[in-house]
Amino acid sequence: MSRFFSILPIAVLGLLTAVGVAHAQDSTVQGVRIGLVYDPGSRPGVIVLPVDGAGGDSIRAILQRDFDYGDRINVVGAEGTGFPLAPTTGEESNYPVYAALGAVALVQATVTGGGSGLHVAVHDVARQSIARVRDFPMRGTPDGGDWRLGVHTVADEIELWITGVRGVSATRVLYISGGRVWVVDSDGFGPRPVSAAGTTMSPAWHPDGTHLAYAQFVGSGWSIMVEELSGGARPLPAPRGLNATPTFSPDGNVIVWAHGGESGTDLFATTVFTNGPARRITVGRGSDNTSPTFSPDGRRVAFTSGRSGHPEVYISDADGTNAELLTPYKFGDQSYRSDPDWSPDGRTVAFQAQLAGRFQVMTIGLRDRSIRQHTNEGSNEQPSWAPDSRHVVFTSTRSGTRQLWVLDTETGRTRQLTHSGGVRMASWSPYLGGR
Amino acid sequence: MLHRVRVLPLLLITTAAFVGACKKKEPAVTPTPEPTPAGGAGCDQRCQDSIANARRVADSIAAANAASAELARAIEAARASLTAVIYFDYDASDIRADSRGTLEAKVPVLTANPSVRLRVTGHTDSRGSDEYNLALGQRRAAAAKQYLTDRGVDPSRIEIVSLGEERPADPAENESAWARNRRAEFEIIAGGTNIQPPR
Repeated sequence: MSRFFSILPIAVLGLLTAVGVAHAQDSTVQGVRIGLVYDPGSRPGVIVLPVDGAGGDSIRAILQRDFDYGDRINVVGAEGTGFPLAPTTGEESNYPVYAALGAVALVQATVTGGGSGLHVAVHDVARQSIARVRDFPMRGTPDGGDWRLGVHTVADEIELWITGVRGVSATRVLYISGGRVWVVDSDGFGPRPVSAAGTTMSPAWHPDGTHLAYAQFVGSGWSIMVEELSGGARPLPAPRGLNATPTFSPDGNVIVWAHGGESGTDLFATTVFTNGPARRITVGRGSDNTSPTFSPDGRRVAFTSGRSGHPEVYISDADGTNAELLTPYKFGDQSYRSDPDWSPDGRTVAFQAQLAGRFQVMTIGLRDRSIRQHTNEGSNEQPSWAPDSRHVVFTSTRSGTRQLWVLDTETGRTRQLTHSGGVRMASWSPYLGGR
Repeated sequence: MLHRVRVLPLLLITTAAFVGACKKKEPAVTPTPEPTPAGGAGCDQRCQDSIANARRVADSIAAANAASAELARAIEAARASLTAVIYFDYDASDIRADSRGTLEAKVPVLTANPSVRLRVTGHTDSRGSDEYNLALGQRRAAAAKQYLTDRGVDPSRIEIVSLGEERPADPAENESAWARNRRAEFEIIAGGTNIQPPR
């Protein structure tokens, strides 16, 4: 404690100096990586310094949590560790103190313009200097949805500076609870309904992040609804019967969904915003074909099909031709694989497989067809990739009720995203933050 | 009195909808016995005839009541046949042998009631994929419809829908609950107010 106070005056001086330096470096060329060496095997230690100004405590807490949830940064001294409140340079340099704590970078943020902006400086501890600075605009009131998205945007940008990979905290997750579509921030904050009450299933984000689609039961059948998040919903013109599991093409122009009539369920495609004709893209010959997901180049589609007698994951060209079994089939194997989601980097497809009567989240590498099992506790289903192609949100019964959980497919680390009962069918948004 | 006796057979052959209504009106038809003590001393021929008449009326009303009750039972049986549930094997939409009789019993009722329309809703157990199960439920409803249309029922009289695993009949998670949930339900969506039993 005494050490803490002795450092304080220096720290305040240091802060002023740092801010001055930071402003002087505003001309830093964008896109130049800071000089930190990022080893994917070990997470760089980062200290988030206390943040001055309105909502500062919240900003620091959100940044720290975002870095932690990102699984690429080791947040140092998040709770209670005594460390200098600001770096100092020259004769009185305290950078070695940060280095001794295991930090390779310091994040120093200051609320500016009475809350309308956030000035951020990232220090390279080894070089004892500021590596990156930027002023971010802030919208809304502290702890509101827009404001939090602004802080997440800052966290994701800092993660990009430090690790070379943008974070995914400025994202949201759609899901189904109590028959409605809901949306929640990536850190679990602010769950709220986005569809009317009713019976809905299978929400999917439009790649622009402003629209969604879902299936809605309307008494005599199912319709695909296309909804603007800040506006109304309209049914997609589609034949009567079963209309389910919508997905958007990566360019956002085409919607593909499963339509079932009296002779099986096939995938159909139509244009999203103009009333084009619906065309059939799978020929299931009476079998069931559902849950389509596009490759990021829009050329291929993975989907669930029962054409071989039981559900398996197939891949075909986007027009339905050249269908091939993705998940390997073993003779006599009566297991069940379904609900694929193609990773945004195009390399991996996540799906669910029934093992010993329960679903588990699996991934298959498209290059070598290597399969990995990522879960084993309870039943785990309906995986959906984050924009970083590393994290997956899925439905799990491991806590006793169906909840959404987030999995880091590289480390196996999981966290619970939702806490109200009966939640399922998650869809992770594209990146929603500013750039 | 005689007038009423003649009216009665007429009542019996009026439409089935009327039968229900007649049943409620029966107290009005019941003859009030003559104040004369039945068959007692001083009952002349006219009196005896009157008693006999009253007995005939009472007997025919009892018969009508019995017929009406039988008709009501037949209507109820016809309705029960139409809405009887059928069950399926895991991940299958084939009509099971034990469901054929249930479906077969619907055919004469549908034939006797050309204005009746049905909605068949396919359901699944909770074990598969929620999304794929919507398609499986659709396939089950379609299989039930196909059976009926193969037996001559006009396809336009049957609409099909799937609720997948969204509306379990039994929310438990065990074999017997799953078996009860893998089903197709039949709902009368038109022509249900005036069901005629098959002849």
